[in-house]
Order: sequence, then C-alpha cells, then structure tokens
Amino acid sequence: MSVRRLDPIQPENFQFSAANLKWAKAQVKKYPPGKQASAVIPLLWRAQEQHDGWLPEPALRAVAEMLDMAYIRVYEVATFYTMYNLSPVGKYFVQLCGTTPCWLRGADDLKEVCRHVIGEQNQVTEDGMLSWLEVECLGACTNAPMVQINKDYFEDLDAKGFEKLLTDLREGREVKPGPQNGRQFSCPEGGATTLLNGSAPSVAKRVTKTKAKGKPQRGGK
Amino acid sequence: MLKDKDRIFRNLYGFEDPGLKGAKKRGAWDGTKTFLTNGRDWVIGEVKASGLRGRGGAGFPTGLKWSFMPKVSDGRPHYLVVNADESEPGTCKDREIMRHDPHLLIEGSLIAGFAMGSNTGYIYIRGEFIRERERLQAAIDEAYDAKLIGRNNKHGWDFDLYLHHGAGAYICGEETALLESLEGKKGQPRLKPPFPAMAGLYGAPTTVNNVESIAVVPDILRRGASWFSGLGRPNNVGTKLFCISGHVNRPCNVEEEMGIHLKELLERHAGGVRGGWKNLLAVIPGGSSVRCLPDDLCQNLPMDFDSLSALKSGLGTAAVIVMDKSTDIIRAIARLAYFYKHESCGQCTPCREGTGWMYRVLDRMARGQAHKREIDMLLEVTYQIEGHTICALGDAAAWPVQGLITHFRHVIEERIDQYSANPAFEGEVREPVAAE
Amino acid sequence: MPKLIIDGAEIEVENGITLIQACEQAGVEIPRFCYHERLSIAGNCRMCLVEVKGMPKPIASCALGVNDLRPGPNGELPEIHTKSPTVKKAREGVMEFLLINHPLDCPICDQGGECDLQDQAMAYGVDGSRFTENKRAVEDKNIGPLIKTIMTRCIHCTRCVRFMTEVAGVEELGLAGRGEDAEITTYLERGMMSEMSGNVIDLCPVGALTSKPYAFAARPWELRKTESIDVMDAMGANIRVDTRGREVMRILPRNHDDINEEWISDKSRFIWDGLRTQRLDQPLIRVRGKLRPASWDEAFGAIARKLKRTKGARIAALAGDLAGAEEMFALKDLMKRLGSPNIDCRQDGAAINPARGRGGYLFNSGLGGIDEADALLLIGCNPRAEATVLNARIRRRWRTRQLKVGLIGREADLSYRYDYIGAGPQSLADVASGKHAFAKVLKSAKRPMLILGAAALAHTGGGAVMTLAARLAGMTGMVSGTWNGFNVLHHAASRVAGLDMGFLPAAGGLDTQAILKNAKAGKLDAVFLLGADEIDMTSLGSAFVIYQGTHGDAGAHRADVILPGAAYTEKSAIYVNTEGRPQMTGQAAFPPGDAREDWSIIRALSAVLGKTLDWDTLSEVRGAIFAAHPHLALIDEVVPDENFDLNKLSRGPSRFGKQPFRRAVDQFYLTNPIARASAIMGELSAMMADETSGATGTDG
Repeated sequence: MSVRRLDPIQPENFQFSAANLKWAKAQVKKYPPGKQASAVIPLLWRAQEQHDGWLPEPALRAVAEMLDMAYIRVYEVATFYTMYNLSPVGKYFVQLCGTTPCWLRGADDLKEVCRHVIGEQNQVTEDGMLSWLEVECLGACTNAPMVQINKDYFEDLDAKGFEKLLTDLREGREVKPGPQNGRQFSCPEGGATTLLNGSAPSVAKRVTKTKAKGKPQRGGK
Repeated sequence: MLKDKDRIFRNLYGFEDPGLKGAKKRGAWDGTKTFLTNGRDWVIGEVKASGLRGRGGAGFPTGLKWSFMPKVSDGRPHYLVVNADESEPGTCKDREIMRHDPHLLIEGSLIAGFAMGSNTGYIYIRGEFIRERERLQAAIDEAYDAKLIGRNNKHGWDFDLYLHHGAGAYICGEETALLESLEGKKGQPRLKPPFPAMAGLYGAPTTVNNVESIAVVPDILRRGASWFSGLGRPNNVGTKLFCISGHVNRPCNVEEEMGIHLKELLERHAGGVRGGWKNLLAVIPGGSSVRCLPDDLCQNLPMDFDSLSALKSGLGTAAVIVMDKSTDIIRAIARLAYFYKHESCGQCTPCREGTGWMYRVLDRMARGQAHKREIDMLLEVTYQIEGHTICALGDAAAWPVQGLITHFRHVIEERIDQYSANPAFEGEVREPVAAE
Repeated sequence: MPKLIIDGAEIEVENGITLIQACEQAGVEIPRFCYHERLSIAGNCRMCLVEVKGMPKPIASCALGVNDLRPGPNGELPEIHTKSPTVKKAREGVMEFLLINHPLDCPICDQGGECDLQDQAMAYGVDGSRFTENKRAVEDKNIGPLIKTIMTRCIHCTRCVRFMTEVAGVEELGLAGRGEDAEITTYLERGMMSEMSGNVIDLCPVGALTSKPYAFAARPWELRKTESIDVMDAMGANIRVDTRGREVMRILPRNHDDINEEWISDKSRFIWDGLRTQRLDQPLIRVRGKLRPASWDEAFGAIARKLKRTKGARIAALAGDLAGAEEMFALKDLMKRLGSPNIDCRQDGAAINPARGRGGYLFNSGLGGIDEADALLLIGCNPRAEATVLNARIRRRWRTRQLKVGLIGREADLSYRYDYIGAGPQSLADVASGKHAFAKVLKSAKRPMLILGAAALAHTGGGAVMTLAARLAGMTGMVSGTWNGFNVLHHAASRVAGLDMGFLPAAGGLDTQAILKNAKAGKLDAVFLLGADEIDMTSLGSAFVIYQGTHGDAGAHRADVILPGAAYTEKSAIYVNTEGRPQMTGQAAFPPGDAREDWSIIRALSAVLGKTLDWDTLSEVRGAIFAAHPHLALIDEVVPDENFDLNKLSRGPSRFGKQPFRRAVDQFYLTNPIARASAIMGELSAMMADETSGATGTDG
C-alpha cells in the first residue's frame, strides 16, 4: 500500500441520484439517533458506485455534510479503507488477490496476464474498459487463484481462462462469475466428500421444553 | 469422520435453496421460540455446556463471553455485533454460511441477542463480499417478512438485525477496530480495558462474535449441548469448518469434527497433497497468523486448539494452507509479511514500523540478498513487535516470521549462500513479492 | 485509595488515575510520547510500557487505570516494575521502531535541544541502528502561516490531532491513510482555522510541527527565558518570553492550572514580530502639523508649556488596554496633582460602577469555576474571541455533557453548542423575568453562572444590563455559599487593575464618553492618552494630545507629543486579570532606543511639571501601590470580594435601548497596537476574513 491521495483531477460537484439519496436516508435510520456517522462507509461506497467506481472529492464533502461530520473525519475514512478508489478505474476493475493462498496457486501468472492485457496496475486502458490492482486476501482461498471484477468473484482461474475472461469483458460478452473450472462453489472439484445424501438429513428434535427457569436443561443424546 | 447427520452446515456447497423455505427444510427456525421461553440463563448455560469456543481465531469460550454482558441494563442498550469481516488469509468459511445458510446465522443472532439482553444486532460484513451481502440481506428481509425477527416477532423477543459493511481493512476483524469502523471511523483498535462487554458499540455493552460461532448455536440448542461437546475431545469440541487451500489436489471447505488429523482431513476431503503426502513441505494450520509447521510435525497432527498451541502454532480460523516441496517458503511468508504491512492500521509504533521492516528484510531474504546475522536480527524484531502492540495484529504479523525462522532457517541460509556465491546470477530474476 | 508497589516501594495513590500518573507520584519517570495529561489517552506510542506482575505482556501505563489492577491470588498488592529487563527491552524496541524511519536531520531541526525523541533516545535507546532499508519520506503539508511541517519527522503520536479536536474544538487535523503510510494532514491541506493552533507546536514531541515564524531563528540554549504574563486579553495567561540579545524570539505558554493550563492563543504566541515594528523609539513633537524627533527634555518642555497654562478641569487622561498598574497609578497621582478629576481606564465606556463593590466587575467564580458549572449564560460575550483559552475550558466542560450554555448577543461559532436566546438586552430581560425557557435551565442548575462580556457593559444601556444580570443571578441562585457564578469577563488586560486603583473619574470628573464629547466640543484643552488607541481620535477635537505608548498606532498619529514607552515584555508591571488575580510581567528585553519604562516617564514628567511624584524607583512605586491597595501585593492570589452584594448591583439603572449587543472584538488578530503592527497577525486576519468571506469584518 502506498500513500493514498485524492486524484488531482476532480469533478466540480457531486450529488447523489434521487434513488441513492433515498437509499442513503434509509441507511442512516439503521443507527441510533445521533449516530448517523455510522453510515459513512456505506454512503461513501454508494457514492463510489454512482461515480463510475471511484470516489471524487466533492462526494466526501457531500457525505460529510449529510452526516454532520467534519471533512477531515470523512477524509480519514476514505484514505484508510482501501476499497475506496481515489482515482478513476476501468469500467471493469480487476482486483487480483496476491496473498499467499492465491500466490501458491498461481496468482503471479494472473498478474502477468494483467500486465500483458491491461498494463501496469492502477492504469486504465485507453478504451477505459479495464484496470487492475493487486489486493490482499479476498476470502475465497479454497477457490484460489481468484480475482474480483466489480461486484463479482471469478475463481479457480488459470492464465488462459483469465485472459479469455478479460477479453470477453472488454468485448461485451457475457461472463459467468464464480468458479471458472466448473466446480460447485467451495465443494471439492469432482464431487463432494460430505453431505452426500442429497437433501439434508433430518435432525431429530431433541429439545426438551423446560419450565424450570434458570435451570439448564440438557438435550439427551 | 464426521457423519453427515452431525453436520450443521448442510448447504455448505450451495446445492440447495439458501432461502427461508430451504433453511426450514434443513431444520432452521425450529424450536427457536422454545429456546427463548426457556430463558436467558438456559441459553447461556447450554452454550457454556456445549464447550463451544469462538470460531473467529482466538477460541475464547462463547458462552462465557456472553455471560460477561451485564445481567440488567443500566439504561444503555445492549448490542450484539456479528463479526463477518472474514479477511484472515486462508479463511473463507463465513462466506459460505452467509451465502448458503444465512438463516442459521440470523436465527443464531436472535438467540444470542436474546441471551445477552440485546434488541439490536449488527452484522459487519467485509466490503468485498458484495454478493454475499446481497444474499444475506435478502435472507434478513425474508426473516423480517416472516416475523421471525424485528419488532413484535413470533418469538417474543424484539430484535432488529442490521447488515453493515466495511470497505477494505483486515484490521476491522479485530473486535474493537470493528466497533470503531461501525461507528463511522477508521478501524483502529481501542485500548482495553474497557472491554466491549462494558463499553462497546456507542459506549454500550456489546458482544462481538464470529459468524460461525453464532451460526452453530441454534443447532447446539436443538440437538443439545452434550451432542456438541461429545464431538472432538475435551476443551476442543464440536464440529468445525475447515478451509483447505494451497497445494492440495482438490481445495475445498468442509465441516469436520474438531481434532481430525491433518492427514485425514487433506486426504479424505481435499484429494491429498499435490504430489502425495511425502511431497508436503509445510502447512499453515490456522490462517496466516499462526506459525507454520514443517512436514515432520504434520504426521499425526490433530487439528484442534490445544494440539496446535502445543506446537506453538494455532487452530486460528482452521484455514489450512498447504505448501508442497515446490514452494519457496521464504517468499510465501514474505508475502504474508507484505499483507500485514498493508493491513497495519498505523496506530501504534511497533506494528506500524515493524511490519514494514520485516517485509523488507524478508523480501531481500527471498532473493538471498541478506546477511546471515540478519536472520537473528529479524527474529529479534519479531519479538520487539510481539506483545507490545495495542491489538493482536502485531502478534499475528510476528508469528509467521517466527515460524519461518524456527523451522526453515536453513532455507534462508542456503538462499543467502547461493546469492553470495553468485550475485550476478540472473537466471531467477524475481519481481517484488507484491506489485507495489 | 488504591495501594500498589512500584519498583519495590509501596505507595498509596489517588483513585481513578492511570499507572503512568501513579509512577510519577512515586517519583518514577516513565518515558512517553503520545501521552499528555490534558488530552485523551491514545496509548499508541507504546513507549510507556511497564511490567505488571501477573500479566503476560507489558502494559501501556498511560492507558491502565490503577483501579483496574487486580490484587494477587492471596490478596497481594499489585506490583509494577518499571526497571526490569523486560521493560528495558520493550523500551529499546519501541525506541528503535520510532527511529528507523526518523530522519537524521537533527542538526538542522528546530526541535533540537528540546526534542523528546532525542532526549528519550539518549535515555532509553541503544546507540546503533540495525535498519538498513530506505527510510520513509513523507510529503510536508501546508497547514497555514503559523505551523511549519516536516512530516518525515512525525512519529504519529496524534497529540496534535487530539488537541485540535478536543481542546481547540476545530476538527481539521487528522491522521489519514494507514499503516506505515499514515500521515497527519488537514483536509486538502487547508490552513487550520483556529486561534489556538500554535499549541500543537509545543505538543509535538518531535520536529514535525514547528513554528514557521521562528524557523531557523535560534536554538533554545542560546535564549534567555523570562517568566511573564500575557496581555492580549484579560485572562493573564502565564507565558515565557524567550529573548536573544534585545529581541524577543518567541513566546511560549507556562502552566497555570487556574488560568491557561498550558495553552495560549495564537495571538499571544505569535505577537512578537509586532514588538519589533512600528515602534516609538524616541520622543516626538508635532511642529506645524508634522511630528519631528525630539529629546526627552524637548518633549517634556512642550508638555509643560501646555499644561502649565491649562486648568486641571480642562485636562483629561485615558488609560489604554495594555497599561500596567504602575503607570496608571503614577498617572492617576499626577492628574490629581494637576487638579484634574477627568481620568478613566474604561476606553470602551464599560458601565462599571466600582462603588457597587469589587465583585461587580470580577470573574467571581474564578476561571476554574467553569469546571464546576452546570449552566452558563453568556451575555454580550464571545469567549472564543475575548478569552480564547477560557473558551477551551468552557468547551471541555461542555464536552462532559454537564454544562448547558445559553447565549445573548452576536451568534458565533464558539466550538460548542448553545441555546441562542437573543441579540440584545431585551432577551436578557426575558430570561431575568423567567419568560425565556433558559431561566429554568439556570434555576434547576446546581452551579449556574453567567458571564457578562465587554460588549454587554459597553452597550448604551450597559448599566441596566448589569442590573438585569444581577437580578437574574439572584433569582437563579447563582450566588450561594461558596459559589459565586456572577462573572464579568474583561477583554482589556489593564482593566481590573485600573478599576481596583480607581483610575476613574473623581468627584465631578468626566468619564470616557464625556471626555470625548467635551474634547470634541472644545471644552477640554489637553488629553493624556496612556496607550489608549481604541477610541475615536476624531472626537478629540483640537485638544492637545499627549500620547505615551509603544507603537505608531491611532493615538500616536493624533498626538502632539509622543512619549515612547515600554511594551509588556520590556518592563516588569502588575496586571490584574479578570478574576482579580494580580500577576507580574517580567522584563525580558529593554525598550527600544530612547523608550523608557512607563512609570518612570510619568515620574520624570511630573518633575518638569513641578508636581514631583513621591517615589523614585520601581519598588517605591509598588510600595505606594501596595499601601493604597494591599490586595495587589498578593501576587497570583485571588482575594474574593467578601462584601459581594447582589442587591447593591440589582439597584442600578434599568433603562436599556433596543440595539443588539455589538462584538467586543471585531477582528481577533488586530485588537491592540502591538497586534496591528504584527505582520503575522495581519496575515492571519486576512486569512480569517477570506475564510468567512467578510462575515467577521468590521460590521459589528
């Protein structure tokens, strides 16, 4: 991670769309009165979503004013959390997990694909379609190596498949998120070793109703 | 091997309907009202009796944690906060619960909330889990619509459950950093005491529990504490979700009995080590924060809290990262060091300064560009970090490096020798460990 | 009271303190960077680690309360070790981490000689470095004209952030980013809009935040340090004036728990360049409309020629806001001997009648009384502008949620929330009659207080405002037992001493307003201005004006004879603060050129006028003052008004106009001649005006 600063080129202003504004106001209600600052992370995130995947400076002020926070406090949040992109990103923003579990299974090869297809990290392709960033563990380690592109995880990748994925995205073809090797989520490739009898096994109800308050009642085995 | 009937997460792989209908078919929301009718002490008593230890990494007894909450409110609300900021490298179990069995988590939240006198719960999910968030929110909405939670619900305990998300910060998995983040601040851990049970979210009594810890509670109550405590061995009981990643033939998540032997776990569920058991170099048995174990210590290794701590490693989140003999172990650990440098919140000195130092030295060591005396210096640096920081991230950053030096000092020395013998050799030009 | 054992010695300490404080009480020094007793606890530097018996890890002693310590299994006292090998090792480790990325630029660092990092590295560090990687470089930030940043030196202790947020009440500094890239900054590097920002220079334990005006000017060990008193407002903040040769190089706060704690305003701190410019360094006489240099004899001769043929009743004297007690005492004496009853120290025309008792013009609760108050009514008062550091105290009390504040007067950002009641005396009448809801707040409070500001008393209906305030105080129980919540907040440093010594119209004499009126109408022939620059000079008509002061400001421009005096850093003088606490400035430098200490000028003049005053030395003047006003001898003591009588105060005038209260301070950075001569104050004032786009202009 390097020093995070706002982009030198910023839009004049930022306004939540009507729908997002309504959503934002509802978010604030999740928290007790006076604790509206709790909504800062979700609101900044929504601002980033609305603004082509990066967070412009006027949005920081807009959110600060909405939540009655000092600008510097919102700035701290925006620079602390690494999912806030402070500079423009590609239409498809590739976050490539480079942490050890993915690295063990070939993340370096995927990085090579990124360099080859997109360029250096944090650079948007000329057509504006792609940019990439090496990120830390995305929590899909049993499906390594993987990348996140916008909202979706693309897992169990290899270099060839990944390159095709990027090409498909760029050329507007439909892609399927999730494991790219045909496996079912985090189930072992080739078939489950557990939970084999289809639908769930029925659980015998062993709860004993108790009237005696405070006395722990054990279920029998 | 754990029998299917003893598994809690019966939709782990998402073959079935994760929605309310499917969840009910699998037994969720069954008997919930009875648990609440039995009273708060009964619930806490059952959870204590079950021997459940927190599934987030530290393994603190869950029932005991709940019992720290004030019995009577002093006017401040009580909060349940579910830690769904799953970010420990190697770990990807909570994700499966949230997207495939979310109702177990919701039901568990209601029960836990009831047990600690909380009418409000927040689930803090990591920002990157966008689809999981959507799935979980849909399930929460379902539960509200079915009057399972919310005000005036069927269960007679008002309970609002809100989903809140982060935006990229591993440190928010630390419970007080999580609370800071939930309050709209940077995720910088708080000083303790006061502990969250006294002054947590918004200064009110709060308990923070891991997703898995909460999600197993309904089944523990349904099947009985002794069912759960009968699995595994004393003090290390129940079932556990294992995440098997790295150099195995078929990486996967699987629910197994606590204490299953590593070899059995890998061979039965993950197709074994790539190239065979003999090709094993080392495992990191509990997520990136624990010390790695070389193959000789892995032969008859029960996967539970106490067995692994005895080896100065840990069960952590039960995320098993397997490395075969092709692995550049220095680089593997250097990449973890980079991770901790990247994720250090920057608040306290040893971690802010030490994580970067460790990473840079390891990065050189991975290339052989170091002196052998620096190995001991590096080890000392890890001890200067360990135990001197506000939160456990300092320890978590130090341990993997200690594990490397303890078990693989010879590899580092060989690498240094190689480089000093032929520094001009460029057959293996390496890029930096991470694309900075 | 908890007992514990620190390094083998048993000690009983106060409840509720932290381990680091307990160690201090035991006489054990604990190194620290982030901990500061007047700021919240951050616990982030980890330098104060100690060993607590039974705990597996060393503990940050700043963050653990003594009450959180548990006795041993057999009830043994908690045991703290601060010198054990574990602690030594931990400190060395932390020290090394702090230094690995700290630059080796000590020889050119302005913190040199007073750097906590240097000092503690010497005491607790090791001699060598094992760090061979590249050191971190951090971009410097522009955070305004006062504070120079060299951010590579920053050790992330966050004292500055906590000070600005908690004490100054201006959320503008923050720690952005994270990990090793975390950096202190303002939002987009905007200048900090706070009148207290300079305190972060003192708080910064390293050379990351240093004084911009003082950059590369001196080293601490070559400075002469003089303890003194600030005169920028009437609080009497304790300061230290550092000089090299004859020049004041910088001004720093001194700790005084009851007054300024350890803060001063930026005006107090950075005023010193104003001491060097626009100075009156020789006597001047107006000849054919133009001022020309003169000798002291010539100047005194010109005055003598005028006064010897002027009747006492047609002479008047006004004392300005920065005048010390000695010169006012001397001038009062001289005026009496000249037969003039027309003297006043209330340049702004404040309606204070000392006949109603000293308590009628003092801050009776003491400044520290704020810490106990639970309801506060500000009347014609903006403490942030009129007593900046006091405002921080109000804010601190407010932050504990135990203080409710109401305001009558000009709305302003005070850095805390308040109920706005109204703009003028009528609103006060509404509270006093119980019509306004804030009356209930005051009534139900245990320790209610009001603060009458300078603007309230200078209002045309100032007398009635005083009456109303006294009635309100009576009605809401502000004075009971030992509590006296009836407070007047002066802005002029000279004011209370002037009132105490009766620098006021004698029987049949004219007050400020009458002096100006009569002078304009040609009914006064000579006016002596003792540093009085805040009056409308055009009102002086054709009177012969003698100006004794320090700067070529308004008074000097109007003067016929100028007598160059000494600024507060150049003389030892008594000032009585708004609480009634006499304090003494120290002479840190000499007055420039021919300028002299003010009392001695008046003494010399008196001889030329044939009205020789009775004393020849400073101690003789003081002897005379103390004989006449014994309480002024009690330096740093507050003598409460034992005859305080609200009834007396309640029986004053009752007519007031409809005008709202004005601002007592229009432009915070330009309130006196020294400030107006300061380039730094000018820059700050312009910056403030830009920021608020004219709202704080001269529209008051």
